[in-house]
Amino acid sequence: MGPISRRLFALESRSGWIAIAILLVIGLFIVPALNLMVPEGSLFHISTFWVATLGKYLCFAILALALDLIWGYAGILSLGHGAFFGLGGYAMGMYMMRQIGDRSVYGNPDLPDFMVFLNWDSLPWYWWGFDQFWFAALMVVLVPGLLAFVFGWLAFRSRITGVYFSIISQAMVFAIMLAFFRNETGFGGNNGLTDFKDILGFNLSQDSTKVGLYVVTTIALLLVYMICRAVVSSKLGRLLIAVRDAESRVRFLGYSVTNAKLFVFTLSAVLAGVAGALYVPQVGIINPGEFTPAKSIEMAIWVAVGGRGTLFGAIVGAFTINGARTYLTGVAPEVWLFFLGALFILVTLVMPQGLVGVYRSIRSGELKDAIRRRIQRVDV
Amino acid sequence: MSVTNNADASRMRTVFFSILFVLLSLLAFSFPAHAQQNDAALNAALSDLNARSFKAKTAAVQALGVYGDARAVAALEALSEGRLYGRKSDKSVVIAERDGKIYRLTDPATGVSAGEATSRELKKIIANNKLRGLIRGVLGQLALSSSDSELRRAAVENVISSPTGGSLALLKSARDRETEDDIRARLETGIATLELGSDDPALRRAAVDRLADGNDPEIKSLLERRLLKNADGSFVESDAQVRAEVQEAVSRINDRLALFGLAEDLIFGISLGSVLLLAAIGLAVTFGVMGVINMAHGEMIMLGAYTTFVVQEVFRVTMPAEAFGFYLLAAIPAAFLVAATFGILIERGCIRFLYGRPLETLLATWGVSLILQQMVRSLFGANNREVANPDWISGAISIGGGVSVTVSRVYIVIFCLVVVAALAAFIRYSRFGLQMRAVTQNRGMASAMGIRTGQVDALTFALGSGIAGVAGVALSQISNVSPNLGQNFIVDSFMVVVFGGVGSLWGTIVGAFGLGIVNKFLEPVSGAILGKVVVLVIIILFIQKRPRGLFAFKGRAAEG
Repeated sequence: MGPISRRLFALESRSGWIAIAILLVIGLFIVPALNLMVPEGSLFHISTFWVATLGKYLCFAILALALDLIWGYAGILSLGHGAFFGLGGYAMGMYMMRQIGDRSVYGNPDLPDFMVFLNWDSLPWYWWGFDQFWFAALMVVLVPGLLAFVFGWLAFRSRITGVYFSIISQAMVFAIMLAFFRNETGFGGNNGLTDFKDILGFNLSQDSTKVGLYVVTTIALLLVYMICRAVVSSKLGRLLIAVRDAESRVRFLGYSVTNAKLFVFTLSAVLAGVAGALYVPQVGIINPGEFTPAKSIEMAIWVAVGGRGTLFGAIVGAFTINGARTYLTGVAPEVWLFFLGALFILVTLVMPQGLVGVYRSIRSGELKDAIRRRIQRVDV
Repeated sequence: MSVTNNADASRMRTVFFSILFVLLSLLAFSFPAHAQQNDAALNAALSDLNARSFKAKTAAVQALGVYGDARAVAALEALSEGRLYGRKSDKSVVIAERDGKIYRLTDPATGVSAGEATSRELKKIIANNKLRGLIRGVLGQLALSSSDSELRRAAVENVISSPTGGSLALLKSARDRETEDDIRARLETGIATLELGSDDPALRRAAVDRLADGNDPEIKSLLERRLLKNADGSFVESDAQVRAEVQEAVSRINDRLALFGLAEDLIFGISLGSVLLLAAIGLAVTFGVMGVINMAHGEMIMLGAYTTFVVQEVFRVTMPAEAFGFYLLAAIPAAFLVAATFGILIERGCIRFLYGRPLETLLATWGVSLILQQMVRSLFGANNREVANPDWISGAISIGGGVSVTVSRVYIVIFCLVVVAALAAFIRYSRFGLQMRAVTQNRGMASAMGIRTGQVDALTFALGSGIAGVAGVALSQISNVSPNLGQNFIVDSFMVVVFGGVGSLWGTIVGAFGLGIVNKFLEPVSGAILGKVVVLVIIILFIQKRPRGLFAFKGRAAEG
């Protein structure tokens, strides 16, 4: 084995690789096979709706990974990650909007419907180039990355940390939300971008396109996971953990805390943008609702439920909570917010290490010991 | 101080004139023996109303107007409403009210019953729209000579807004009789407005001179119309010298209006600032003093607003109607208690386990806020709840120059200052305030001195929450009471506290009013929403410059 593959292999433990392999087989082969090859009506058939829903969860998992990278490892709790997710989504949405061409309701080949509706006579400059996929893909990475770089540079340089960073990042996403709600901003206002027809020539309403998007998202999740794993197991990753635990001390040791934080924050924003770009074609709409501060806070709880600083926990948390949301909003919508609220409180009070932490303490026997100690204390 | 509301102006005018008519009718009927010598002329004019041609009727109406007798009001009113009839037997004019098959008659001049008649004995006196318009003007003119100054004031406005041929002479004579300064001033502008259209350039120039002192946007547009060109290319104002004066008058009024515009921005900024301050002041206690990030702060405001709603409903059911307006006063302590109780529950049940872990506190209190929102939604429904403005805080105050402020906003500014002053005094002078500051400054030492720090924590949090609840009472008067009420304020109130400086009440006050005023000055330039975005960006940039100055807080460190 060459040095690169050896280093790649060293990123995970043996059991970690086995788990990844099993999940990949399920995600990449079994789920699409059950959808495409098993006939409808069979017990084992997975409907396209569920494949698309799984695809959505995968995007959330990427987003959760991005957040875990900065919160779990660098101690930066961003409550504005919805901004990066949404901007990535908008960039992709703009590409698909331009692909509609003259198939729109108003049939104007040069302008999206909402611009015709607003009596605009030409495309604004910031829409130029979005008829090319490569340009849109570049923007998916560049726009969130640039925003995060500027925002992070301003914040970290002034040593804004902890809750202040959280509050300021929330203000940022709030400001973006207000701006995108305006019709004049030129992104469809309240309604956002929707009615997409196809992506790279594939018809979005076809099942095969949906399964294809799901497969692409699964691979993207694997890649993002590997990138994050590579970052946190590098020297930089150890520096970030040190920053998280004792920022001043790291600074006094001569490290550039600002640069380290800025790098990881920008990387996280780019990953969030990619998640947004994969999300929009699968749900078929992007609107300013993605920028509401509440959504950005909710992302933090995915990570917290799964277990911070574990990467794997972020994926578990994103799947668990979004699965619970799909189930509860279908069965008893009014219970959902009670459930989510209680989850916020219980996770922070009772299981700060999240599900992964609970699993670990069960495996190591700590939990059993703790319970036994508790019982003995009660007996005495 | 005239109390008006632009949106309701036309409805109010209708209501007002109904009242005016009733009052004048009473006036007309209660003095039948007044001015004997005029009776003959009055009766002549009244019987002329029964003339065949509209021309003659018009002349009669005008005669009644010039004549200025209040007793003509009943007849004119009846004529425009189609209740005035001519009796065929003696050709006399009567007011007839239909009662089943017969008509009950009244003599318009005396108000005395004139017997009954069937429809065959009567002939309706017909009015057309032109005549009705004239009658409206004449009735207004009659009101000009009323002894009630409120009626006169309204009559002046009415005559000026719809002038007729004789209006100028009437206004002039009214001006000479007028004793009250503000009505005379209004009459003067009215006369000048009418003289602006006169044929004599000297008269027009004098009128322009007088109008140049005003600050009414309507007069400005009136003057500007004189500067326009007619369809044939000639100026509306034919005299070049007068035109130059009009030009100058317009620019003088413009200067003054710009000042008023500035004042308007300032007043609205202060109003917005007081709303921000109310929303943030509770946070200044929990976040600023205790260093606790309470994301459920907005929900405390919401609980206060819903408490107001409940108190209102209780008052509606249990109290007499005249006491209903005071539900708002009763809601203040109620909202404080409700929100403070929830505050204690949250602090004891959740936040106290998380001191020193600010990010966890943030997430846990966010969970609390979700639960409270859903609780209110389940109890009261997702729709907006109607909280009525009591009479004593509805209406608007006009400042001049077309600027007016709603009374509720004024009350909120006052209320907000009272709350802040009370809070500052409480923290400064009360025993509990002393303990609170002691725990903030040095927890261990305070504990050693016998202060129960846990209790102080709980009560401080309760105080901050209670104040948020009180803010909810005020905000229920100007914004929608819905489960999302709190969400609308959470980002703003955090911005105010962070911008103003954590841990300082003064900082919060300065921050709130500063942001409010900046916001309102930006709005005309960039639009309301973009203005807000710009303010947020300014704050984000501003704390780059002054991170320590604004972030230096002496409370229990929120960053471990």
